[in-house]
Amino acid sequence: MSAREVPQGRLRTPFYSRLAELDTLNAWHTWKGYTVPDALYCADTEYFAIRNSTAVFDLTPMTKYRITGPDALVYIDRLVTRDMSKIRPGRVAYAVWCNDQGQTIDDGTIFHLREGEYRLCSQERHCAWLMDSAIGLDVSITDETADVAALAVQGPTSFATLSRMGIDGLGELKPFGLMHVDFDGFELMVSRTGFTGDLGYELWTAPENAVSLWDYLFAAGEITGIRAMGTDALEQARIEAGYIMAYIDFLPANATMRTGRTRSPLELGLDWLVDFKKPNFNGRRALAEEKRSGSTWRLVKLDIEGNKPAHHAYIFADRKGRKNIGFVTSATWSPVCKQNIALGTVRMPLGAPGSELWVEIFYQREMHWSRVMARAEVVDKPFWFPKRRGLTPPDLV
Amino acid sequence: MKTYDAVVVGAGHNGLTTAAFLAKAGLDVVCVEKNDYIGGAAVSRKLHEDWIYSNCSYVCSLLRPEIFRALELHRHGLQVTPFGGSLTFMENGDYYGSYHDPEVAYRERARFSRRDADAYERYRSDTMRQCRIIRDFLLSTPPDPTSFRPKDLLGLMQIGRKFLEVGEDRIYETIRFWTMSVAEYLDEYFETDVIKAAMSGSGIIGTALGIHSPGTAYVLLHHYMGDVDGNVGSWGFARGGMGAVSGAIAGAFQSYGGELRTEAGVDKIIVRNGNARGVGLENGDEILANIVVSAMDVKRTFLNCMDRSDVDEDFYTRVENFKIRGSSGKLNIALDGLPTFPALPEGNSLHISDMHFIDSMERMERAYDDWKAGTWSKDPYIDMVIPTTVDPTMAPPGKHFMSCFIQYCPHKLEGRDWTDPEREAFARTVIDQIANYSPDFKKLILHYEVRTPADIEEQIGITEGNIFHGELTMDQLLFNRPVPGYAQYRAPVAGLYMCGSSTHPGGGVMAAPGANAAREILADLKRPNTVPENFGDD
Repeated sequence: MSAREVPQGRLRTPFYSRLAELDTLNAWHTWKGYTVPDALYCADTEYFAIRNSTAVFDLTPMTKYRITGPDALVYIDRLVTRDMSKIRPGRVAYAVWCNDQGQTIDDGTIFHLREGEYRLCSQERHCAWLMDSAIGLDVSITDETADVAALAVQGPTSFATLSRMGIDGLGELKPFGLMHVDFDGFELMVSRTGFTGDLGYELWTAPENAVSLWDYLFAAGEITGIRAMGTDALEQARIEAGYIMAYIDFLPANATMRTGRTRSPLELGLDWLVDFKKPNFNGRRALAEEKRSGSTWRLVKLDIEGNKPAHHAYIFADRKGRKNIGFVTSATWSPVCKQNIALGTVRMPLGAPGSELWVEIFYQREMHWSRVMARAEVVDKPFWFPKRRGLTPPDLV
Repeated sequence: MKTYDAVVVGAGHNGLTTAAFLAKAGLDVVCVEKNDYIGGAAVSRKLHEDWIYSNCSYVCSLLRPEIFRALELHRHGLQVTPFGGSLTFMENGDYYGSYHDPEVAYRERARFSRRDADAYERYRSDTMRQCRIIRDFLLSTPPDPTSFRPKDLLGLMQIGRKFLEVGEDRIYETIRFWTMSVAEYLDEYFETDVIKAAMSGSGIIGTALGIHSPGTAYVLLHHYMGDVDGNVGSWGFARGGMGAVSGAIAGAFQSYGGELRTEAGVDKIIVRNGNARGVGLENGDEILANIVVSAMDVKRTFLNCMDRSDVDEDFYTRVENFKIRGSSGKLNIALDGLPTFPALPEGNSLHISDMHFIDSMERMERAYDDWKAGTWSKDPYIDMVIPTTVDPTMAPPGKHFMSCFIQYCPHKLEGRDWTDPEREAFARTVIDQIANYSPDFKKLILHYEVRTPADIEEQIGITEGNIFHGELTMDQLLFNRPVPGYAQYRAPVAGLYMCGSSTHPGGGVMAAPGANAAREILADLKRPNTVPENFGDD
């Protein structure tokens, strides 16, 4: 057997040629080994395409596993904290999974593609954990990250764009629904999902169809304001939607060294995903105990006064800053809400929705640094949740 | 008969802003509007099939983010989308672009002059220094320099401190800046004619002044001091047209329990025993209220809508002398497709920008000469945008809406009223100038709306159709706006307030006059303040 050298440089997704054509900035970074754009023209313009027309994001580097076999449902239901028996074929579930201590390993979306056939899509790689969890069950797990090309098509005119492209029946697709269509002779899966908090869809197909799919999509989008986007715009949008990110808002439990740095789903505001009524799932005992005795941390959504983004800021219980209770994990100015928003982690029992906290923001103006203690209100709902996101069928604009 | 806590006259964005903050404080407020639609000059109307026109104001930057946030305007449908830079087409077939990306902008200026490219850095910091002085005062009531009330003294001290902050040697610069012409100011930095011409437009938009008129350097600031999401000086489109601004503020107002009445034009502000008591409508109805707030311009308020005997002599004269001059018009066009501009390379980001078609300082000044002679500019300064390049809601897919702001255009032609053929000829002037740079433009035109200052006055009610409710010259700014001694939103009649753009800090769809007026009213009524503080620039 001859030795085969693995690729030494950054990988290219099947959409790379099209992204490169549109790119004017030459600002790229690496995401799970793939080269991906920070932005292609201008992060602001791309962000506003999400909120105003149609933005297209290449999410191929997302980790994707195919889970099949007679025990697939039993397996997944034991893996994640939410009741997967309720997720029928053609539906998608946001889910979280834990180690035995009830600490979050990762969150992701699980697509029930067909009876007994699932796709798990996550930020991080979990093959070892998934394989180990399968021992004793008749289930097969395949890493299909490189075998599926995927695009997020997001924004108020995304429905109009995809309808113009010729996807029939899209009008009936509800949020978190998925459908298989035969498109121009190839198989395409369309799900009404996304990471922007807006009306939006994701398209999934084999890599060899990628360029053709892209071309159809952009031809259809010519008059609906289509724009390709990079990760900068997505980052802003996902904070507005209140979505958390691994390695930013929490750490994957299996990859931390220091005690106390992990978070349970209850500590990430994901208690609605933890179902104690269903059969046993991994981490259940620990989570039940935590529910009984109380959590240590709480994820908070903060609406902060003023306009200085609170990146990396400490959070205090009082204006004088005597009691440090946590820190901001994600922060941005929200262009649609005109709010200074952040996600943070604070010690329980502080930070209940509606309560007032203080955020210490350092900012630099013409070399000099200043500091401000800004009042912040803990809010319950996502900062951005437009009506169109839930409408079926969606409006055309 | 019911007596409201307050009646606000005029449902433009400022009237609605005052009304919203008063209603938010728990007052029983009614806002009356003469038209059968709201918005005043921040309005969207369907005049041709499925095209939505921003009939008057057309871009959004000055709207204070503090107000946006306090009234939660995003919940009421307002979304402001920024757009790229600006573009000036040149007679020689070239173009000059002002790009959003600073390095690209540098390269573009250097294409004309390396010196100008470098000079921009200093120009920017000098101009922004002036901007910082004024930006902090937008969301506050101007102090009265003749008063010894602690609040006024404090206010004056704050202004003084702001001036001292700029540095001793720079105070001279500041005084010069506030009195200079935009042409002189630009001459101090730049050598390239087209670069200066492109920048000078911001010094004259909405004013009856030319680029060589003293005081126009300040007007430049008025167009630089806005921001979209912290990008100071950048502009955006309101999704759905500028009516979305008024619509969202009205939504907030109604969510606080406010009442909106359209087709309720005010004939007279009712004054009894020296107190404003309500309004008499054109249809003969009366609306009684403990206070009356006028969002109309200061001339219309005091000269047209009040009994002569209710207004003191000196004040009346000063209002008569207040300068509100019609100087700009609009042409709103429904297009069958996107016009092409062959001078600009395909795919260039400035295809989404505001476009201009006048490339020299000489042409800018000549445009003003026509206005002085009592007619519209035969080679006008046009500020042209196509909002549908980013906003999918204003025209059917693939179709477009174009907004042209035209300077100069007088209220009367050589002292007499406009005739229809003259309005057409005005529109032709604009269309021809654009068509010089876009060969397919004319055949794409499906419908257009001509708006001379006289039309704007007729439909919106602003005296002479002046977009700022009065010139933005030093004699009419800060504590002199609209009338010395009456800059704190209170009229010389008890219970009567002013909240339109004739008051500080002036026009431009800022909503700051409306918010500042509400703050003063709530203070007088000893109600808790609902009006936000300035974010502060530090």
